[in-house]
Amino acid sequence: MPVLTYREAVRNALADEMRADENVVFFGEDVAAAGGVFKTTPGLQEEFGSKRVRDTPISEEAFIGAALGAAITGLRPVAELMFADFIPVAMDQIVNQIAKYRYMSGGQFMVPLTIRSAQGGGVGFGTQHSQTAENWLLNTPGLKIVLPGTPVDAYGLLRGAIRENNPVIVLEHKGLYNLKGEVPDDTGVLELGKAKVVRAGRHVTVVGAQLMVHRALEAAETLAKDGIEVEVIDLRTLAPLDTATVLESIKKTGRLVVVEEAPHTSSWGGDLASLAADEGIYYLDAPVKRVNMGRAMFAYSEPLETLAIPSVERITAAIRETAYTQ
Amino acid sequence: MVVINIPQPTVSVTPLDVDTRMTALRKMLEIRLTEEKIQEMFLANLIRGTTHLCIGQEGVSTGVASALRKGDTVTCTYRGHGHALALGMSVKAMIAEMMGKTSGCCKGKGGSMHMTDASIGLLGANAIVGAQLPIAVGAALTASMKNTGAISVTFFGDAATNIGAFHESLNLASVWKLPVIFVCENNRYGEYSPQHWTTPVENLSVRAASYNIPGVTVDGQDVETVHAEFKVAAERARAGEGPTFLEMKTYRYLGHSRTDTGPYRPPGELDAWKERDPILLLKVKMIADGQLDEVEFGELRDAAERHVAEAVEWAKQEPYPTEADLLTDIFYEG
Repeated sequence: MPVLTYREAVRNALADEMRADENVVFFGEDVAAAGGVFKTTPGLQEEFGSKRVRDTPISEEAFIGAALGAAITGLRPVAELMFADFIPVAMDQIVNQIAKYRYMSGGQFMVPLTIRSAQGGGVGFGTQHSQTAENWLLNTPGLKIVLPGTPVDAYGLLRGAIRENNPVIVLEHKGLYNLKGEVPDDTGVLELGKAKVVRAGRHVTVVGAQLMVHRALEAAETLAKDGIEVEVIDLRTLAPLDTATVLESIKKTGRLVVVEEAPHTSSWGGDLASLAADEGIYYLDAPVKRVNMGRAMFAYSEPLETLAIPSVERITAAIRETAYTQ
Repeated sequence: MVVINIPQPTVSVTPLDVDTRMTALRKMLEIRLTEEKIQEMFLANLIRGTTHLCIGQEGVSTGVASALRKGDTVTCTYRGHGHALALGMSVKAMIAEMMGKTSGCCKGKGGSMHMTDASIGLLGANAIVGAQLPIAVGAALTASMKNTGAISVTFFGDAATNIGAFHESLNLASVWKLPVIFVCENNRYGEYSPQHWTTPVENLSVRAASYNIPGVTVDGQDVETVHAEFKVAAERARAGEGPTFLEMKTYRYLGHSRTDTGPYRPPGELDAWKERDPILLLKVKMIADGQLDEVEFGELRDAAERHVAEAVEWAKQEPYPTEADLLTDIFYEG
C-alpha cells in the first residue's frame, strides 16, 4: 500500500483530476513554475502546460474572482490562496460573490470551483501566516468547507472538492504537509460532509480536525493506560457538518470535548456545544468541554505559540475533567 | 454656463444602417421608459429597497450591445437595468424581478441590483463596486482556453477605477492577454461625490497605460461613436490581442439612488447634458437623414410606453415566492 506525505497526496489529487477532466485548470501565486511555496504542486505545469497551470500576479481578489467567472462559464478552476491568512484579501469575492452567485441569480449558475489554502500554526510563521480560517467562512451559507487531516483525506477530499458542482474551500494544514500515511491505490474520490471516527471508545467523545485530531489521538493513547476509553472524531468537513456522527458518539459516551486550533468565540466548537445542548442533552452525563485558543493569537516566539495552541496536555486534562477523574 | 468637453472619436464613425439605428432608438426608449416607470413604482412603494437608474446613460449600454455577438458575456453594475435590457432581457422579467416575483429573471432573489440572465450572456449585475471586473476576467479566461472567439465585457462606473479590483483585473487581463473589454461609464459622480474630489485625473482612460492596455476616452452620448469604438476593441480582443479600456463620458440625470436628489450638481450642468441626450442625438441624426419624423418618433415612444405598462400590469398578477423557495438555489444538487 503506497505511503505518501500529505503534500504528495495533494499534488496527486490535483494531477489525477486534471487528467480526468480537461476543464480543470489550476492557478495561484507561484504554483506553476515554482511548484508552490509549500511545494505542493511541482511538475503540474510541465505535465499540463502553461495554459492549464498558471502563475498569477499577487492579486488575490482578481484571481479568486476570475475563478468564479471561469467556473460559471464552463471551466472547473482550482485556485490556490497560499496562506489562509490571505483569504480576507479576497473576502468580497468569496463571501459576496462566490457563495451567493447561484442563489442571487435564482439558480442560473453552477459554481464548480475549489479554493485551496494552507492554514494552521505550530511552525513559527507568526501572527499573519498561521491562522485557521474556517470560522471566518462558516458564517456564510453557500460554501462547502473541507479540512483534511491525513494524507488519504487530503487526496480523496480534494478530488471530491474538485468534482463538486459547488464552491468548496479546502483548508490544508501546513503543519501536516510532511505527515506520512497510507493512501490506498483505490482511494478515489471521497464524499464531502462525512466525519470519521478515527478511534473508538466508550467514555468520552473528542471532536476535532487536522492537527487537533492528531493531538487528541495522543491524549487518548495516554488515557487508555488509565482505563479511559476515548472516542476521537475527525470532522474532515465543516460545511456541511456531519452532526449525526457526533450525536451518535455522544449517545454512546455521554461526554463531549471539542478541540479547536482557533479562538473561542464564534466558532464551530460553539456550534457543536449548541448541537449537544439542543439535540443531545439527554445523552450528556457531563458539561461539554471546549479546548481552544481562548483569546490568544498565534505568536512568533515558540513558547508563546506553544501556549496558544491546544497541547496534548491541555486536551488530556480536559478529557480527564469531563470524565470526572483527576 | 456649463461647457461639456466632447471627446473626439479615435476611429472613423460611419452612420449605422437604418435598421440598426431604429433598433438602437427603440432600445434606448425602452430603457428610458422602463426606468421612468421603475422610479414611479418606487415612489409609489410598489417596489422595495433601493434602485439606481441610468437615465441619460442609455447610449453606452445600447451602443455596446449593438456590437456584441451570441456567446459574448457581460458583467455589470447595480446601475444595470440598461445593460440588461440592451442585451435583450424582457421588460416583464425585469419588472417582475423588481417586484420580487417568482417570474422575475432571478426568481425574485436578486432584485434591482442583480439583474442576471445567463441565456443572453448577462452573467450578473453586481452590488459591490468593482467586484464584477475579476468575474469578467474569469469569463474571458474560459473564452480564451476554449477558443470560443467570444469576448467578455464588464461595465463599471468612474468611481470603480479607485478600487483595488479594477487595478488587479486590468493587470491580470493584460498579462494573460484575455479578451476583455473594460467599459467605464464615467457619469462624473461616484455616488454623491464629483469625480474631481476623489480622483486626481480627468480622463480615466490614462489609467490603462500602466497595464499596457489601450485606453480610449469616448463620447458615450453618441450611440454610433460608442458602437464604432467598441467594435475596434472587440475585434482586437477576438483576434487575441488582449483587453481594451474604454472610458465612456456620460451623465446620469437622476441621483445616485432612490433618495438622492443630486444637490451637489453645479447649476446648469444637468441642462447642458440634456442637450446631449443619447436618444435626442440619434433622433436628430435620423430626422436629418430622412429616416424618421417627429410623428414616427412619438409613435415609437408611445409603443415603448404601452409595452412597459403591459409588463407592469402582468407582473402585478404574478405570484410571489413561497417558503418552498427559501432554501433552494443555494447549492446545486446533483
